[in-house]
Amino acid sequence: MASGIISYGVYIPRFRIRVDEIARVWGDGEDISEGLRVYEKSVPDMDEDAVTIAVEASRNAIRRAGIDPKRIGAVYAGSESHPYAVKPTGTIIGEAICTSPNFTAADFEFACKAGTAAIQACLGLVSSNLIDLGLAVGTDVSQGAPGDMLEYTAAAGGAAYVIGSSDLAAEIEAFQSFTTDTPDFWRREGMPYPEHGGRFTGEPAYFKHVTSAALGLLRRLDRVPEDYDYAVFHQPNGKFPARVARKLGFSKEQIEPGLVVPMIGNTYSGSCLLGLAATLDVAKPGDSIFVTSFGSGAGSDAFSIKVKDRIEEIRDGAPSVRDYISKAQYLDYAMYAKHKGKLRL
Amino acid sequence: MTDNAPRFWRAIPQRYNLIGTHCSNCNEYYFPPRNVCPNCRRSAQMEEHKFKGTGTVVSCTTIYSATEDFKRQTPYHLAIIQLDEGPRMTGQVISGPSGVKIGMKVKPVFRILGKEGERGIIYYGTKFAPLEG
Repeated sequence: MASGIISYGVYIPRFRIRVDEIARVWGDGEDISEGLRVYEKSVPDMDEDAVTIAVEASRNAIRRAGIDPKRIGAVYAGSESHPYAVKPTGTIIGEAICTSPNFTAADFEFACKAGTAAIQACLGLVSSNLIDLGLAVGTDVSQGAPGDMLEYTAAAGGAAYVIGSSDLAAEIEAFQSFTTDTPDFWRREGMPYPEHGGRFTGEPAYFKHVTSAALGLLRRLDRVPEDYDYAVFHQPNGKFPARVARKLGFSKEQIEPGLVVPMIGNTYSGSCLLGLAATLDVAKPGDSIFVTSFGSGAGSDAFSIKVKDRIEEIRDGAPSVRDYISKAQYLDYAMYAKHKGKLRL
Repeated sequence: MTDNAPRFWRAIPQRYNLIGTHCSNCNEYYFPPRNVCPNCRRSAQMEEHKFKGTGTVVSCTTIYSATEDFKRQTPYHLAIIQLDEGPRMTGQVISGPSGVKIGMKVKPVFRILGKEGERGIIYYGTKFAPLEG
């Protein structure tokens, strides 16, 4: 039985800060945005968090395809900024989108790939006929310590996917994961900001895991990058996805529609899923999309996706990724610090 | 420990999804929900109603001097909003660059309404944002 994406929705806060403005404060020079290939990043409003972003994205997903939320049997929310350490994000999402209480929920955490792990869990339940529809969400208001390199890219946003087995907008043909114990990035319990291994986050972490999962899936399906119209890779900055695409044999044109990090920064659990949503916003029936997420710690999930005719019917039912990107209100560093709670009152 | 959990929990349907009531006998809408229709009394036929959340600002003010919990958000806008179905309610309006004006059309957005300090419950619910933009 074919399973996949019935609908999808996104949300990106309207506030932005330019990378050059952050560099001005820390004296890091003006070439940092070119080095990262990130020019601005999204900033949450003072009353937004991973839950409010997840709810807005999920409501957009429900609205886009006119889904009856009572059909949803599982809500899995992936984030590394769940506002409660104990008290699930998924319960609040379920209540806010008016599911029936008869659903299972759990919060996922796997750095930046918790959202794709949530999709895999939903696919399992849907494909085995244990539930009708599942809702998988990747959402984050990511943190970067003042002056740390992470501060240039740590952004806010999220995407929600309704997973089912009928009326597919896009079929998920297969997926493959690659996971090892690699301490490239972490945040200890109770700590406000994550720590990372600097350049160690590159080769042994991002590149090894993304290429291993991607090549594993391509080999299993006996396909090559040319078989795909589009590709999306996790986007911690603008450099990494471009480099890994080149390494695997995907072209600039294949990754271009889904490369949103230069305009909104790294939305962590939302990153890869926002890239996929931006690609679905422009894909045509019959197109193939190759997606590979990455989560520090570390692991990657690669997906092979085939777009169906239904995409044309649902596409305009909710705002696109570009709609949200185009609504930008810029902050200076002082207002950004206030928004992010970096000022202690 | 907090004593506020039951009070918050009871209001979740209203705060998250603007669930009110509608009397199908006289076609009057109520928010917050009423169990009895003051127009029809015994002949009332009350039913649950989920408000669309779109409405019009009928009055507004800007708060510069806030209570402890809202200090970080100043200046922020409070408004009386007439929902499209009729009832009026007070809510916070997330303004765009143009601010908040009487007559402005608004839509609902899901936001944090408040927090019980660093350790307590986070209250989520509906605020409003300009319909356009």
